[in-house]
This record gives sequence, C-alpha cells and structure tokens, in this order.
Amino acid sequence: MIAVVLSVLLGAMIGPAGPVWWRVPLALIDHLPMISIDSGVSEREWAIIWNIRMPRVVLAGLVGAMLSVGGASYQGVFRNPLVDPYLLGAAAGAGLGATLMIAIWPGVGADWPVDPVPAVAFVFALGSVAITYLVGASFGGMRTTSTLVLAGVAMVSLLTAIQTFVLQRNSDVVREVYSWILGRVSTARWDDVRLVLPYVTVSGIVLFFHRRHLDLLRVGDDEAVTLGVPVTRVRLIVVIFATLGTAAVVAVSGLIGFVGLVVPHMVRLIAGASYRRVVPLTIAFGAVFLILADIPGRMLTAPAELPIGVVTAFVGAPFFIVLLRTREISR
Amino acid sequence: MSSIEFRDLTVKFGRRTVVHGFTDIVSSGEWLGLIGPNGAGKSSILRAIVGVVASSGDVLVDGSSMTLRSRSRRAAIAAYVPQDPLMPSDMSGFEYAMLGRAPYVGYFGTESRHDRAMVGDVLDRLELSEFADRKLGQLSGGERQRLVIARALATEAPILVLDEPTSALDIGHQQQALELVARLRNDHGLTVISAMHDLTLAGLYSDRLTLLHEGVVVASGLPEEVLRAETLAEFYGVRVTVHREPDGTIVVIPRRDAFN
Repeated sequence: MIAVVLSVLLGAMIGPAGPVWWRVPLALIDHLPMISIDSGVSEREWAIIWNIRMPRVVLAGLVGAMLSVGGASYQGVFRNPLVDPYLLGAAAGAGLGATLMIAIWPGVGADWPVDPVPAVAFVFALGSVAITYLVGASFGGMRTTSTLVLAGVAMVSLLTAIQTFVLQRNSDVVREVYSWILGRVSTARWDDVRLVLPYVTVSGIVLFFHRRHLDLLRVGDDEAVTLGVPVTRVRLIVVIFATLGTAAVVAVSGLIGFVGLVVPHMVRLIAGASYRRVVPLTIAFGAVFLILADIPGRMLTAPAELPIGVVTAFVGAPFFIVLLRTREISR
Repeated sequence: MSSIEFRDLTVKFGRRTVVHGFTDIVSSGEWLGLIGPNGAGKSSILRAIVGVVASSGDVLVDGSSMTLRSRSRRAAIAAYVPQDPLMPSDMSGFEYAMLGRAPYVGYFGTESRHDRAMVGDVLDRLELSEFADRKLGQLSGGERQRLVIARALATEAPILVLDEPTSALDIGHQQQALELVARLRNDHGLTVISAMHDLTLAGLYSDRLTLLHEGVVVASGLPEEVLRAETLAEFYGVRVTVHREPDGTIVVIPRRDAFN
C-alpha cells in the first residue's frame, strides 16, 4: 500500500515539463479536501500534474494491477506457471480488432464521443476468448485444461495470421498499428481511466474472492471436486472476469507484455505461492511495477516516448533473472 | 458413524463399462477392502463415491443418496485419499491440511479460527506439527502420505475412501500409514473403503474383502474366505501359496516355477 502511494508520487513528480519535483507532493496535498498549504505551484503547472501526469500514472497502475492479477488467476485455473492473461486470445483478438479499425476504416468515428478503436478491440478480445473457451471446452469435456490451452494457441495463431494478412495489404498503416500494439499509457486522459476503472474494479474484486478456490485447484481438478469445489464453475467465473478486465485494459493501453507473467512470479518468489497472498499482492505489486516502468519510458529518450511494453520487458526480464538467482542461492 | 450402501452402481467410460452393477452394504465402522487385478474397477467404485466419475445406480449413506446432496455436503461425508495425490511442492503442510476444511467454508468465506484450531489439532494428533511450516516439496513420501490422511481427517468425514493409499511407500511406511488409519478408525468410528494391491496388507487390515474382476464381484467375504490360492490363481493368473500364521494372519506368497 505504501509502495503504491510512493510510486504514484514518483510518477507524478517526474516529467519533461512542469514544476520542480519536490513541489508536486505539496501541490497534491494542497488539493486534498479541507487542506490548504502553499505549494508554490502555478495553475498551469498544476494542470500538467493533474491532467497529464496523474491520469497516466493512474492508468498505468490500473493496467499493471489488472494484467498481473489476471495472469496470476490464469496461472491458477490452468495450473500452468507459463500462462499469461493473453493465453486464450485476449491480446491477439484486441490486436486484430484495432488493426481492422485502423487499416480498413481509418478515421471512422473521429467525431464520435467514444473512440471506436478501443471499443472494437475490446469486443474482439472478448469474442476471441469466448470462441477459444467454447472450442476448448467442447473437446476437453472441461476435465482437462490442456485442450483449452491448445485451443488458445491455435486461436492466437489464427488471429495473428489474419492480422498479418490485413497489415500486409495495408502497409501504409503498419506504423500506426504497431504503435498501438506496442502499448502506451502516455496519451492517457481521465476519460481512459474512467473507461477501464469499472472493469478493473469488478474483475479485481471477483478474483480476490476466488483466491481460496485457486489454492484448492492447486491439488488438481479431481481432488478439488472431492473437497466440494465446483471446479468447472470456478474456472469459468475466473476466466470470464480475468478476461473482462484484461480486454478492457488492452483496449486502452495496447499489448503490454511480460507484466502478467512476471509480476505473479515475483510475488511468489517473495511471498510464497499461496493465492491468498498472491492475489492481493499482485494487484498492488503490478500497479507499482507498471507505474515505475512508465518512468524510464518518458525519461530516456525525452521528449520522445519509449513504448512501455519495451520497458517492461527490458527492465523486468533482468530483474526477474536476478530474483530467481538470489532465491536459488538462499535455498 | 455412517453406513454406506451401493445399489447397482455402474460406471462407464464411453461405451466401456468398467463397473457392472456393484451392490454391497458396508456397515458403520467396517473396513471393506476392494482387491482385484489392474482394471478390475476398484478405483472407479471409489471415485464414484466421491463424485469424481459419473455413475448410474446409487450410493446411499445412512439411507439417503449421495447424488441428492450438495457438493460440499458430499465432501463432508466421504474424504478421499487418492493413489497419487498432486501435492504442490511450494505449499506448506498446514496449508495442505487446511484444504480439508473447504467443505465447511462458504463460497466467498475464509477459514475461521475454529478451522485453524481444528487443523492444528489434527496435525498434533498425527504427530505432524513439525511439518506444518515445511514445504511439501521438502518432505519424504511417507510424511506426505500422512499429510494427505491429515487432510482427509480435517474434513471430519465419517467415511474414508482410500485408493491404493500406500502403493508408493516402502514396507515400513505402508505399515505406519495403515496403522494410522486403523487407529483413527477405532478412535472416531470411521467407515473405511480401500482399494489395495498388496493382498497380505489388504487381508491384515480389512474386516471384509471384495474381489473384483472386470468390473464384476467374483468373491466377497472374510479375508480367509477370499484369499485362497485357487481363487487368486483364477482371477490374477498367478501362482501363489496362501499361508496362515498361528495368529490368523493370512500371508500371500508369490511362487516361481522351478526351472531345473
């Protein structure tokens, strides 16, 4: 909790334009209800903090939390540590949806109240996962998770192939599509936050209340059944809500890889594998991770921006390897 | 104390029937041992009791059908000890035994202080307290098997369903685990149904044995009635000598054909 607050502050303090860093916390405190202190921050500087940096930080936090808890939940219901929240096609579906919108109907909805690209990406993400689930479940009889995983692999390949085909026929939009796919929170506005907040909140709460079931599933479907767990229903509920939140964040932030896989494992290395601890901790840790990962993205190549997906992998992978190694030694 | 009655229990996998109309009554506090060659249907009967495989016919506990009860009620009636339990290596012994309290926790609930105390007490009684904080991956096969029994006991189920509970253990740990079950059965009046490969151990611990062959009961009765050389030769296709110790223990000894 403290780490979340600190990382939010840090995220708000750093940027190419705006006031001196130490005035930012003062300004934030000044704007709390019923507190008034002299922060020395001008109206214009406050606008930078509140309308440019804060939505970006909050969105990064929401996206990081959602992808991480989604990844942990997927790993739980599929009993597979290599699974990420994109497993069943959420990312590939969103990518295809966005590609189609950008390539085939460019500029459609420029004057609409809602940007149609994330909306279509969201629908495609949900649709892809639904198809994968129905196909996988109809062959596997819900008993084996491996048919579901394989159906996901097939679905992702199919969607990626279609996307590649569309891109190849419309090579003029490749750059635009890729900048969408690589993921960004840099253009975040409060509207984006408002868009994903309900999905992330509902998903987070539902997944939080299934942490005990995820622990029970660790001993296998059969034994979980003998312990009174409605295995099929639990798996369906967890997949639905993890997907809903993932699809929402992917729709606004693009495909930020690595977070859903690595954050849950970092948490496990630190706090143990019980989902009672993993689920709440991944929510907090994922938020911190992505807020921090967003900072070098705007610093290193300023004033240009580095895609956050590049940063998460670039920073996360070595950190993860170091963590694995120290853990191995301490054993 | 609970009796269990099988009425025409039939288990099918696809078109193949693996249990044909199994009918039996296990009285309260009795230990029924299911024996028979691989594929005889022992495990399927046990798995049908706990609802892991679909079955037709009926399993009644104290006169009322298992299938009519809720999932968690069923879990609180019959505890299952599988042949090859999946034990996550990074789960602690206490966490593992605590899973046995699942039937008593509401869908969105968490274990109460009572549940934790109860699990602590079970670990105490089975002399497993030292493993409470250890990871399952660091424990030996025998220690893990005792934790599985602890988990079953934590469900407070009056019926214990054991599927080859000791097949992965050495002879000392087999005996230790079975003695533990026998003691718990006496202390708590548990009804036990087990499938076992080792015929000597099956005869030693069970009150009654049922020999299955291709899903059909071919012999049932006291151990000395079922464990007969001719019967075993017919259904297992083995040459054995059945020896009877002075204290009544039946020992099944495999024989070799003489080569010279």
